[in-house]
Amino acid sequence: MSTVLKSTETAIQRREALARGAKQQFERMIEIRTIEAVVNDLFAAGSIHGTTHLCVGQEALDVGIALALRPTDMVTATYRSHGIALALGMTPLEVMGEIMGKDVGCTDGVGGSMHLCDMSVGLLPTFAIVGAGYPVAAGAALAFQTLGQDSVALAMAGDGSTNIGAFHESLNLAAIWKLPVIFVVDNNVYGEYSRIDTTTPIEDLYLRAASFDIPGIVVDGMDVTAVEAVVRQAADRARRCEGPTLIEAKTYRFSGHSRADQAPYRPVGELESWQQRDPIKLMSEKLVNEGVLTSDQVLQITESTRESISELVAGLEALPEPEYSAMFNNVWTTEKVT
Amino acid sequence: MKMRMREAIVSALADEMRSDPTVILLGEDIAGAGGPFKTSDGLLDEFGPMRVRDTPISEMGFTGAAVGASALGLRPVVEIMFMEFLGVALDQLVTEAAKFRYLSAGQISCPLVVRASIGAGLGFGSQHSQTLENWVTSTPGLKVVTVSSPQSAYDLMRSAIRDPDPVIVLEPRVLYADRSEVETGDHRIGKLGVAHLAQIGEDLTIVAMGQTVNIAVRGTQQAGVSADIIDLRTLAPWDRETVFNSVKKTGRLVVIEEAPESGGWGSQIVSAVTENQFRDLKSPTVRITTPNVPVPYGKKLESKFLPSPDEVAHTLSEFLETGNVPAPWWVREGYVQ
Repeated sequence: MSTVLKSTETAIQRREALARGAKQQFERMIEIRTIEAVVNDLFAAGSIHGTTHLCVGQEALDVGIALALRPTDMVTATYRSHGIALALGMTPLEVMGEIMGKDVGCTDGVGGSMHLCDMSVGLLPTFAIVGAGYPVAAGAALAFQTLGQDSVALAMAGDGSTNIGAFHESLNLAAIWKLPVIFVVDNNVYGEYSRIDTTTPIEDLYLRAASFDIPGIVVDGMDVTAVEAVVRQAADRARRCEGPTLIEAKTYRFSGHSRADQAPYRPVGELESWQQRDPIKLMSEKLVNEGVLTSDQVLQITESTRESISELVAGLEALPEPEYSAMFNNVWTTEKVT
Repeated sequence: MKMRMREAIVSALADEMRSDPTVILLGEDIAGAGGPFKTSDGLLDEFGPMRVRDTPISEMGFTGAAVGASALGLRPVVEIMFMEFLGVALDQLVTEAAKFRYLSAGQISCPLVVRASIGAGLGFGSQHSQTLENWVTSTPGLKVVTVSSPQSAYDLMRSAIRDPDPVIVLEPRVLYADRSEVETGDHRIGKLGVAHLAQIGEDLTIVAMGQTVNIAVRGTQQAGVSADIIDLRTLAPWDRETVFNSVKKTGRLVVIEEAPESGGWGSQIVSAVTENQFRDLKSPTVRITTPNVPVPYGKKLESKFLPSPDEVAHTLSEFLETGNVPAPWWVREGYVQ
């Protein structure tokens, strides 16, 4: 195996690295953005089959959440999870390997773009069913509460998921049992191909917390520090056994829903206007202004990340597809059953 | 000691909860009220509200919570009051729990049990009387069990809770009040996927499950037929060996299902036997099912709808006499062409 296919850092080390400072957080955001660009190109070129859902524009939310949680806390996320997986610490090798269907991927190539998992950093298998992660996160919290552990669970899902029963049932359950769980709604304005205002009677989704008598908080999802602060506050509350919190992060989906969608339904100028608030642009300006990084260093980080990801992808492309036996593993715990 | 089936279930749950503090119960009205069918009677008093939890009417929520809890160290047992109610929670079982091990490359699994009451016979009408096992049998990753007596309920419940994979335990509601001798204790815990030979005979093999086991016994007695009666018990994965061995001996297969003819679980048994044992068979295979209609309410209608000892006796006698597959009553009597 070539050297690029040997992770030098483990997921947990990468998670710890994030806490070292703004530069590391910025680097992780660049890594997510770069990987999404590469994934987009590979799917567009037909080099990878299937579909994919990009999180471009939402990197600050992913990194902010990862910063606020401990690796022993559990996250449920969606089919749009490349970003949160990398933010939580999963290595580009296990994420890209899985997206490209290789056996070095986190689930040996049987999962694909929508199904990432690494329990060492608290990522439960990501959910390709809208809203399905909410009750599972409530259940993880139920386990923590019953076993007397001070971990918390966090469910991430999009704005469209607040109209599905699982959302309401989970918030209700979490509220009556005071479960240590945080529900984060990533309001990126679109649910699949539909704008939120055509599917939902209210604009501010955090208001839905009121009917469960739990705190509802709105946060600028383009700002890592702001996201980290509210998630930490919710996690502290959960660890104090005071129950769940609903957080709405205002973001914007810079890409279409999935590979097949170029988002032609977007009003003219909407994307451009949100690009002014691109989380990576905002953070690089901030870091340059504060003297943490120079403009040259920003370019350098971007360039070196692009190089290392290209090198990784080239290495992965050269790998064979998994053995057929891969599909027969892990269906059952004890034995193969027909 | 003699127990009703519902008491055998309570006893199995209690024994598992005593031996494993991670076993918890979730369901509607299972705590204070002891369960709508009294299958958790007294467990709140012994184990307290952290481990015996009344839930809102929210099957998707609490079934999903059981999935998450099972992945993080608990062994939840969920009660679905009527199998139909699982319809609103099916995603969590079929698409989440059954895939967690696969989609985590074996990092986690979901040792949860979903118990549901099933079946006709008590006048609950079309939306509370189906068995619906075929909702869950074509999902690799799930195990599906149906109990048929107080003893099997005790044994299978304890075995299901110990099983490391998600298991659905189906409980024919009409049997909750059945009373017979039950042996309790750890030695009753076994492996799922093992059928039970409820009766030994010569002329044919009957495969039955749930309440059709008793119906098969009565039907063979009525017809004076000597049959192996196999109580299948686990539908996924089902015990091919026991079925194949019996068919090898008798050369005739009859499956008795409490489910509509269309898409019923017996099709799978029949198909496996014909594929593997065509040359052992002396006659075509037979399925005794319910007609392809919803479960009717009126007592007369509902009794006719279910496979009855009379219908079983009639079918077996004609089958052994002619070697042909007898028409079901709804065709014979001209209701359906």
